[in-house]
Amino acid sequence: MKASIGGYAQAETVAHAIALLGEAGGEGRILAGGQSLVAALNLGTSEGDMLIDIAGIAALRGVKLDGDRLVIGALTRHCDLVRDPLVGEHAPLFAKAAPLVAHDAIRNRGTIGGSLAYADPAAEYPACAIALDAAIILEGPDGTREIPARDFFTGLFETARAEGEILTAITVPKAQDGERHVIREGTRRAGDYALAGLAVVMRDGRHRIGAFGLGDRPLLCQGAMAALDQGDVDGAVTALAQDVDPPSDAQASASYRRHLAGVLLRRIAADLGVAP
Amino acid sequence: MTIRFDDPNRPNSYIGRTVPRPNAGRLVAGRGRYVDDITLPRMVHVAFVRSPHAHARIGAIETGGAEALKGVLRVFTGRDLAEVCTPWEGKLLHLEGMKTPPQHPLALDRACWVGEPVVAVVGRTRADAEAGAALVEIDFGPLPAVTDIRTALDADTPVLHEALGDNLCFRKANEKGEVDRIFAEAHKVVEASFKTARHTGVTLEPRVILVDWNSGDGEMTAHVSNQAPHMLQVLLAGHLDIPESRVRVVCGDVGGSFGLKVHVYPDEVATAAIAKIMERPVKFTSDRMEAFISDIHARDHEATGRVALDETGKILGFDVDDWTGIGPYSIYPRTSAVEGLQVTNLIGGPYAFDHYRCRTSVVFQNKGICAQYRAVGHPVAVAITEGLVDKAAAEMGFDPIEIRRRNLVADDAYPLTTAAGLKLEGLSHHKSLDALVEAMDYAALRAEQKALREKGIHRGIGIASFIELTNPSPFMYGIGGARISAQDGCTVRMDPDGSVVALTGITEQGQGTEAIMAQIVAEAVGVSPQMVRIVTGDTRVTPFGGGTWASRGAGIGGEAALQAGRAVRGQALEVAASLLQAKAGDLDIRDGIIVDADTGEERLALSEVGRIVYFRGDTLPKGLPRELMQTRHFITSNYPYAFTNGVQASYVEVDTETGFVTLLKHWCVEDCGRIINPLLVDEQIRGGIVQGIGAALFEETCYDEEGQLLNGTMADYLVPMSGEMPDMIIRHVETPTEESELGAKGAGEAGTAGAPAAVMNAINDAIRPLGGAVTHMPFTPERILRALGTITD
Amino acid sequence: MTQSFRDRIDLEMTVNGEEVELTVPAGRHLIDVLRLDLGLTGSHVGCEHGVCGACTLIVDGSAVRGCLTLAAQLQGCEVWTIEGLTEGGVIGDLQKAFVERNALQCGYCTPGMLASAKALIEADGVPSRETIREHMSGNYCRCTGYEAIVDAIETVARQRAGETEPQARSGATS
Repeated sequence: MKASIGGYAQAETVAHAIALLGEAGGEGRILAGGQSLVAALNLGTSEGDMLIDIAGIAALRGVKLDGDRLVIGALTRHCDLVRDPLVGEHAPLFAKAAPLVAHDAIRNRGTIGGSLAYADPAAEYPACAIALDAAIILEGPDGTREIPARDFFTGLFETARAEGEILTAITVPKAQDGERHVIREGTRRAGDYALAGLAVVMRDGRHRIGAFGLGDRPLLCQGAMAALDQGDVDGAVTALAQDVDPPSDAQASASYRRHLAGVLLRRIAADLGVAP
Repeated sequence: MTIRFDDPNRPNSYIGRTVPRPNAGRLVAGRGRYVDDITLPRMVHVAFVRSPHAHARIGAIETGGAEALKGVLRVFTGRDLAEVCTPWEGKLLHLEGMKTPPQHPLALDRACWVGEPVVAVVGRTRADAEAGAALVEIDFGPLPAVTDIRTALDADTPVLHEALGDNLCFRKANEKGEVDRIFAEAHKVVEASFKTARHTGVTLEPRVILVDWNSGDGEMTAHVSNQAPHMLQVLLAGHLDIPESRVRVVCGDVGGSFGLKVHVYPDEVATAAIAKIMERPVKFTSDRMEAFISDIHARDHEATGRVALDETGKILGFDVDDWTGIGPYSIYPRTSAVEGLQVTNLIGGPYAFDHYRCRTSVVFQNKGICAQYRAVGHPVAVAITEGLVDKAAAEMGFDPIEIRRRNLVADDAYPLTTAAGLKLEGLSHHKSLDALVEAMDYAALRAEQKALREKGIHRGIGIASFIELTNPSPFMYGIGGARISAQDGCTVRMDPDGSVVALTGITEQGQGTEAIMAQIVAEAVGVSPQMVRIVTGDTRVTPFGGGTWASRGAGIGGEAALQAGRAVRGQALEVAASLLQAKAGDLDIRDGIIVDADTGEERLALSEVGRIVYFRGDTLPKGLPRELMQTRHFITSNYPYAFTNGVQASYVEVDTETGFVTLLKHWCVEDCGRIINPLLVDEQIRGGIVQGIGAALFEETCYDEEGQLLNGTMADYLVPMSGEMPDMIIRHVETPTEESELGAKGAGEAGTAGAPAAVMNAINDAIRPLGGAVTHMPFTPERILRALGTITD
Repeated sequence: MTQSFRDRIDLEMTVNGEEVELTVPAGRHLIDVLRLDLGLTGSHVGCEHGVCGACTLIVDGSAVRGCLTLAAQLQGCEVWTIEGLTEGGVIGDLQKAFVERNALQCGYCTPGMLASAKALIEADGVPSRETIREHMSGNYCRCTGYEAIVDAIETVARQRAGETEPQARSGATS
């Protein structure tokens, strides 16, 4: 289908974008790389939107260190995450996740901010953000606020972002010495959305597991994390089955996804050297 | 004279060589001209309001909102178009008892599947037309939907078309021998159920048609992405009340077809009807979402089958009950019964046995229409046959190669008529199997499989022998009353400069039609292929023919080209003989030069013959024939079809924890008779194999019980992509048909026919030691784990 | 609509080395602008949801999906389509290899395939067959089965890297 939109405006600054959002009166949609939004427009799942193009806002670009946290600008593209040295050093989980996102041509335009804000439960970054104990930075008419990633994703394609707010960045604690990041997923074809996936951070012997494709939102798998912390892989797999709440659809049943998640967890445990 | 095909050093030996495709350079430069690339003056666009219900009564239609929208020009309902377009019924007279109701370009009273066009909106742009379509309000009264195949004929299932009495479109049983007795007495009987998933063609270029009606000439011109221009010409003329001679169908570059574009689609006929009403060019370009709900689907089969064997592993008979759902209408004009009919013909095809029964039941459903799609029926029949044979081998302790060696029809047994009634001229199953075993180093692969098994790595080898129907005669459609030509023609013309133009009734959709026709004509006339230009796909200029489908292009169109080229050669030699005061029989044409046939001495350039004939005809003897343009037509006559054969092997690894299948390698040995261009044949096979792999592993149009399509986007309907596909080794055996001098059979469908069964058997070979087998396509990770018993809820 | 939001956009960009100025509907994607407004029909529409890759082209040096890029977002950008890449001769070797290896049949995917292949070879020197397959897995081809495409790309990558004897892999397996 041909996209049917209500209007288009280019924002010069974050403040401008926020003003445009207000002006759009509830119809505003933030357009960044467009790799999900334009697809949705072409599929006719969204129409009449007032598009606010933030792609030109320089302040939303780039990756920088801020004390013990790494700040990744919302407009950082998938292809930037793959090769950015700061990401590679301090948040390698994103560098490992980025190549799993779709294909080259998508990764050249799609952004981390867009992916987080879109909150597809099968997408990699939201689960990574949870596993990394990241924080989402939102700016709106009332100023800036920071939300822990685990509280940001509130449902199927739903987030804690208020209508007038813009996701400007994600911050993650810098990786510590010896910290391990692993992401594994099961996809039918390279670049597809995962049937199930797990992003795992091992920090100081403790594990944080973010699950994707296994619920209506990315899930922090606390039962499995606790068991894995004890070195109990079997217990972790058992707990994981309770931690997740996968959907059934044309691709796979909830039972299959739950099973696949367990297999992925065992393999990640082996990657991390957790005793079986 | 005959062509010494066995001598690669013969003059003008272009047949049998890899030569580049003359049209490929244009396509890699972005200079293709697909229908959607064409813009005509005053052109407008049509978009369709399609039924969101699988089955619904159509009540009031409110078009005012759409008509008031800026950019919308006209809105048409089914009743509007029924005034200028007659309905059709996809029936063939020789298919006894077949039923299907009349179908209109836009639904009149009832919508019968999700995606059926109901209202057409014409706008200045596609976006305008879509915006208008969104404003059309239709009062649908939902009706119960028929979706399940096996219960379609049950008494408590609603009847989809009341006037037909029940949901049975067609039923046929093909039986020979004493099936019941043999199965009762046999040493071994093996049974299994099979499903091939309903899936669709997903041509990268969606369907597209651009029709203009010029009332001044009283002529309709349709540019359309289609495989059978003359068929469409005849049908558009008939249903729109235009003389056939006043409909011109042009099929330029076609972005993939695979049988999907050989049918009559209601939205395309509607576009033509609207063009006639509005007297201006109207374009319909399907988008991807409407492609999934309006393109034909195929292969929606469920079957139970059994095979009986004696104690030596000799197959005694097959007994198969096949059921297939075809949507609410039989496709026009080829019918949706042919796929099931093919299954009844092709089960057990490669094997020698005497007792046979196969019944197909073709039922209506409220889903998209199913119809002919690459390798019609073959993948279904081959999967059932080869699945049963492998299962029997496993249960009786035979190696899969050995059981085939014991049962494949002997290479010297031809001609013969099979138990299913197929007349076979000459096949090479054993030679092909030997070549396969050698190409894949079967013994080494088995050793590797065994060694890896001990390390917990589960690999499997799957074999699938098959036969493929090509070069159909009028027995396929013509005898049923369909105006679908089984003959084909070629006109070859020599121009003054000695270059050659060939106009052919077969069409090009990327197979390389233009390349092989250039090779054949070049060899026949005696010029280089670069001197030959090919014209296809225009009913105004090409000889009347059938187009390209059922792997008929090379075998039928190619023979016509060979004979037409020969005739032009004969005329050129006759003129040359006169000029040189020689005997035509002593001369030859080689690379555009008239030479002395014995010595090869150059006597006269062909361009000189052209100059004399066209500009100085006065210098030739009065009455000397000088017809440097000749047309020949060809039709098969000894056999209803030219069957080909082949055998494929798949090597896979199954991750038994996740159910994921990795395709490691694939082999195919194929016998399509005379090979005209080895590279093009290999790539037909490879492309076909991957299409078959798609069916085996990925492709399924998933419907819910209400008949809603659940995966109608390319994000949700999975096609094979490069990342998961294997490298493929292709080998050939050549058993030319003696029906023609060229000896070519078809090669377009062999890959697709055999690949699903090969992959299925490979997966089952891999998981057999763990217990379990898969027979329901596609073999998703979940289905594999369920077969293994890993997932039970 | 408020004053700040437009339904048509005045656009200036460079297409195939030529500066173009045009006014387009704000929701029109790049492929439609190229095809409908500029007559550059070499780029094809295959799915319009970013999956099939038929519309892949080069924007500011990177491969992008034309159908997922609103033209309005390309103010001042440099776009190269198959027509321009052909005229510039920059993918002549790839095009030649595609023809020789018959790495295309219907040709509808080919402009997108070439754009993706160009990006891969320029980024990755001599990629492995597995890398080629993975990289090209965003481009759908129904005709070839992909092997010929992988072969053609591999051949050109080796040639560009100065390997005079590209590994003999071709369809001539018979």
